[in-house]
Amino acid sequence: MAYGMLAAGLVVGGWEAYRRWFGPWLGAEGNEVGTVLGWKILPRTSANLAMPPVEQMIDELTKPEVRGSSTAVWQAVLEATLMSLWLAFAALVLGAVVGLGVAIAMSRFKIVQRGLMPYLVISQTIPLIALAPLTVTWGGEISFFGFEWQKWTSAVVLGAFLSFFPLAIGATRGFASPTPAALELMESYASSWWSTWRRLRLPSAVPFLLPALRLAGSAAVFGVVVSEISVGYTEGIGYLTLNYLGEGTARPAKVFSAVLGTIALGLLMATAVGALDRFLGRRRPTQELV
Amino acid sequence: MSEQQPAVHAADLEKVFNIGRPTQVEALVGVTLDVQPGEFVSLIGPSGCGKSTLLRLIADLLEPTAGELAVNGKSARQARLDQDYGMAFQQSGLFDWRSVAKNIELPLELKGWDKAKRRARSKEMLELVRLGDRGSSMPWQLSGGQQQRIAIARALAAHPPLLLMDEPFGALDEMTREHMQSELLRICSETHTTVVFVTHSIPEAVYLSDRVVVMSPGPGRITQIIDVRLGDQRDDDTREATEFYQKITEVREALRGSELGAAARGIEDR
Amino acid sequence: MKRPRALLAVVVPPLVVGLVFLSLWELLIRWRDVQPYVMVKPSAVWSALVDNVGPIRDAAFVTGGNAVAGLVLGTLLGVVLAVVASAVRPLGDLINPLATAVNAVPIVVVVAVLTRMYEADSETPRRIMAMLVVFFVVFVNVLRGLRETNATQLELMKSYAASPLQQFRTVRLPNAMPYLFTGIRVAAPLAVITAVVAEYFGGKKNGLGSGITSFLSTAKKDVGLAYVAGASALGVACFAAAAILEFVAVPWQRRRSSR
Repeated sequence: MAYGMLAAGLVVGGWEAYRRWFGPWLGAEGNEVGTVLGWKILPRTSANLAMPPVEQMIDELTKPEVRGSSTAVWQAVLEATLMSLWLAFAALVLGAVVGLGVAIAMSRFKIVQRGLMPYLVISQTIPLIALAPLTVTWGGEISFFGFEWQKWTSAVVLGAFLSFFPLAIGATRGFASPTPAALELMESYASSWWSTWRRLRLPSAVPFLLPALRLAGSAAVFGVVVSEISVGYTEGIGYLTLNYLGEGTARPAKVFSAVLGTIALGLLMATAVGALDRFLGRRRPTQELV
Repeated sequence: MSEQQPAVHAADLEKVFNIGRPTQVEALVGVTLDVQPGEFVSLIGPSGCGKSTLLRLIADLLEPTAGELAVNGKSARQARLDQDYGMAFQQSGLFDWRSVAKNIELPLELKGWDKAKRRARSKEMLELVRLGDRGSSMPWQLSGGQQQRIAIARALAAHPPLLLMDEPFGALDEMTREHMQSELLRICSETHTTVVFVTHSIPEAVYLSDRVVVMSPGPGRITQIIDVRLGDQRDDDTREATEFYQKITEVREALRGSELGAAARGIEDR
Repeated sequence: MKRPRALLAVVVPPLVVGLVFLSLWELLIRWRDVQPYVMVKPSAVWSALVDNVGPIRDAAFVTGGNAVAGLVLGTLLGVVLAVVASAVRPLGDLINPLATAVNAVPIVVVVAVLTRMYEADSETPRRIMAMLVVFFVVFVNVLRGLRETNATQLELMKSYAASPLQQFRTVRLPNAMPYLFTGIRVAAPLAVITAVVAEYFGGKKNGLGSGITSFLSTAKKDVGLAYVAGASALGVACFAAAAILEFVAVPWQRRRSSR
């Protein structure tokens, strides 16, 4: 924690130092120091527009969101962050249910695993998030069980889609993790497949499920935030970021409060998953999914 | 002159871990032991008796808390700096990213030997451990027994007068283990190396050693030193000789006695 | 070598699953007469892909270039800082929690801030974003590799009276190599994903990400999905390159990397 504070302090310090002292000449138009192989690396600071001072960012938090509004920026950011958090939770639950179901099917039927596993593995290397804009036009066009597709549905479905894959992979590997000796032991007890699954495969999968859940949690957050932007769901923190970014010249420091909200969103999700981890009680060594 | 000087001389050696903390442990107390050049000495005892600690003191991987210790007539530290000993562990500790020959050459490389000399020596060592054709193999392509032989070749690469071994055959199966023991005896007699050998196998200690040092825990110390000397020509028949079994019984009783003594002082063998 | 039958058992099921999936998709859209602005047929995506190979390839070069630039810079930065951090312990303790936090956060939104710090047509914000993502993965991995060394090997080096520099060169550095290449393999697809998504936040419209947003959110979903296919191919290509690099560079790791 102390180190985390120190790290944050260093980021702020570096920002201010560059903004005040180095940026104005190193990042200035035509300064060759910041250009390597014809590629300009060092940012410009142009009159507090590009890199506003930290105190201005803090100041911005308490200002009204729009002129004359009674909501302060921090309230708007908090609301949007919580909204996105609920969406991400919903996405994670949905992704977990489907992911575990598929994993159970895969460990029950070898042929299902052979058919699906390659796709699950490949899914981790491709930008699935790119599908987010696909759902933009679905509002009012798709309905099921009397439920009409909404913009937030896009965010939840995308988040669930992204969190599904790591969970399915982790669970499948976990269910396959018992040693042959342990499986033979269960067989010698004439235990049914379900009974073996419940007593042996599921508990052995816990060390695989927890890191998978962590990955799935951040995938859900990522999916929700990015699809909010893609489909224009205005109540979440992702869209708010883009929205505030648009106010660039008028209130350059405003966007940072939204970025702060996004960071808080990720950390809140990580904390929630961590709490679940502790709740499950057994802090056994976990398997990293690499 | 060097004939008279003991290879290892320890007097009233003591090692205490975590001094002043609640976890303070007396790992070794009052250890007095002389190992003569060319001698093969085994350290045996239950876990926590300090046998590995004693070996690491000799190797200067640990520093003694009190007492006197000389290796080849020098301080242990000077002996380490002069590379007066080679060392082998239970895990072969081979470097996966170096070929077998390069693994053997590692200590020579660190001593600054030139390439031709290193190459010649690693070839010689590979012949010694009878793996002459495996120099360009990678360690992970060898069996466990072969890996351990390479580790011994590496330990002997600089022709040190002293070899320190910490349960080097502990992870091998029984058949490989007996084979390695015979190989080790052959190598030692060919190179006239002094050996201090940590083990928890009684037959291994008896078969290999001139003397078996029996140790006991709580605090770690030497309880008995048993002369074995089954002769220079040891082979599979030796393992079935009555004398071999008598010595095994003698060591076992010494161990049991030390264990009983420890139990009387309220120390359990883990 | 696998016997033909065993190979068949590995190849056929995924092929069947893929074909069933594509046919269901195609048939569902034909039967229910789904409008193209809602969803398009896979056959339409295929023809769009064929028609737009040129632009998609050009866009893939832009996005791929950003991803690779980020991958290279992030890896260099990660390795250098991990080496420094392994020598100066507090530095590692400082960056590690930051890395954990960054992994939990959709860090890509930071590009929103970066876009304003550079010229409107600059690729730098996207590259920096990819670099940041790669950096944290590589740093954490390499630092772990430098710190987790075999106890026997370290004792051995001490028994050789090796200097700290010799110890670093002969034990810690080679020991960290598999971790480095694992890190690169994990980071490569992340760099592509970051480079694609970073384009959602404005800037020059020349990459796969901007192609995806501009086509997929309109009625030209077939072209949009063709761009998605391009992005997927880029991701797989980067991953495959990193995996091959790992296979070649750390051969002693092959038997263990069945993970």
